[in-house]
Amino acid sequence: MIARIIESASPRALALLAVVTLALLVAPWLVDSYVLSVLIIVLYFAYVGQAWNLMLGFAGQLSLGHALFVSLGAYTSAALFIKFGVPPIIGVFAAIAMAVVAGCLIGYLGFRFSIRGVYFALLTIAFAEFTGIIVDHISWLGASSGLFLPVKNQQSNDLLNLRGSPTMFYYVILALTGLAFALCSWLLNSKLGLYWQAIREDQEAAEASGVPLFRYKMIAVAISSGLTGIGGVWYAFYYNNLFPETMFKTSQSVEIILGSVVGGVGTLFGPILGAFVLTPLGEVLTAATDGMHLDGVKSFFWGFCVAAIVLFRPQGLWPWIYNVLGLAPKKEGKR
Amino acid sequence: MSASVAAGSAGALTVRNISKRFGGLVAVSEVSFTVAAGEIHALIGPNGAGKTTTFNMIAGAQPPDTGDVLLDGVSLAGLRPDQICRAGVGRTFQIVRPFNELTLVENVAVGALAWTDDVAEARDHARGVLELLGLGDKKDARPSSITLPDRKCLEVARALATKPKLLLLDEVMAGLRPTETDRMVAIFKKLNADTGLTILLIEHVMRAVMALSHRVLVLNYGRLIADGKPEEVTRDPEVLACYLGAEAFD
Repeated sequence: MIARIIESASPRALALLAVVTLALLVAPWLVDSYVLSVLIIVLYFAYVGQAWNLMLGFAGQLSLGHALFVSLGAYTSAALFIKFGVPPIIGVFAAIAMAVVAGCLIGYLGFRFSIRGVYFALLTIAFAEFTGIIVDHISWLGASSGLFLPVKNQQSNDLLNLRGSPTMFYYVILALTGLAFALCSWLLNSKLGLYWQAIREDQEAAEASGVPLFRYKMIAVAISSGLTGIGGVWYAFYYNNLFPETMFKTSQSVEIILGSVVGGVGTLFGPILGAFVLTPLGEVLTAATDGMHLDGVKSFFWGFCVAAIVLFRPQGLWPWIYNVLGLAPKKEGKR
Repeated sequence: MSASVAAGSAGALTVRNISKRFGGLVAVSEVSFTVAAGEIHALIGPNGAGKTTTFNMIAGAQPPDTGDVLLDGVSLAGLRPDQICRAGVGRTFQIVRPFNELTLVENVAVGALAWTDDVAEARDHARGVLELLGLGDKKDARPSSITLPDRKCLEVARALATKPKLLLLDEVMAGLRPTETDRMVAIFKKLNADTGLTILLIEHVMRAVMALSHRVLVLNYGRLIADGKPEEVTRDPEVLACYLGAEAFD
């Protein structure tokens, strides 16, 4: 399968992929700690964006509540670690389970009762918001004053307990992003991927062609929410603090999806490219507007840039760059 | 290639007393007919007669309010459209519904995945079906870049790729030039002769109806008003009055 993808890609695309991969692998030795921290956030959004994109971009189901899956993954693994000393390498399975159960519950309600499009999106928002309110009242989870992970021995890297330097977190999220990318590109070319795209393009026609809609939508939600839950585990151990009032918010969900929207929904490189554009853009604007002492000026310019991208490249930046750089293979292949 | 398209000789359709009501409008009223395995029947009638609704009830897209649909003696009642597809009923849509972001091969491969889990096999099969329908050289194009007649062929290809025993064609000849119609007719005749594929087609193009059908069913205001050999039906005074008109015999 991988061999087939490589075979069908153009040499130019493969060269670009190799250069980017190499650059990301050596980056921690070349950049200072500030740039590294930005790259870490970029990769986090590339990863969760990829997971979200699987649901809308591949299977056509819009979720505006992915913050729920990040939060469930984060809270589950953090609570297991703090309260019971369960290392995240084990806790991640509980985190995945929690996220998948929540995803399947939302999916079941939405797909069984034919709640489609924006109404389904509203359902995802509702679940994220009210779960946030519940967590806000559970004192065992720190309630509104937050859940904190103990921060110590930053010098030695303990991969199993996810305690260590930013460089370690960088490589963990880089590996996750790489794996998610590989998984998504494999899925997209599999039976699942073809069925998802058929559902995305025309649900009735897909059903008439033998696609069991409910089952394949549920699989999409399960994989997407599970992957996002893993991202939540990483998030909890990187940031070491979790607050329900920010974790479960729709603004978090929107941050997860913006990268994919800017990069190109439904494409494999879109979520990664979008994250690499948006996060640094925010950082550059922060630096540029630092001396202005005007509240909101950064957000204004940032929003302006995002709106401009979406307005002028409604398909996202990736399909455009793909054509500009001439990355298309000679014959039959994927975007 | 063509020999591998359909599943086999069965595909007998029995429609028993099916009705469908939309609010106060009775779209289809107690319609019964049978299509013997390996036969080609045409379903004709004026616009709004209930032809597409009848198709939707057979294919499971709109379950009938009353009555039953049987394929080879087995009831399809309560099955979802995808289950009815896997049971051996392939259908096309009157207004074409391609998967626009997928290539032609991928469009048709989705149909083939109804009987195989192997994407490579599904793609191979899809190429064969596209070849059969004269779309072989456009297999890597997207539906938006091909002509409407070609999109109609794509619709047929996707349905055929599911290896149906019974094929439901909803006005696939509409908008085709006479030569294209004749090519399509030849394809269906060959499929029917080679594989015993049973076909039920909704069609306004009488040239195709007369060339293809063993029997013709006529619907008017949701009721079946004629069921017989093409030459009988086209002489039926009631059919003439409501649908064909005198000019059909010029």
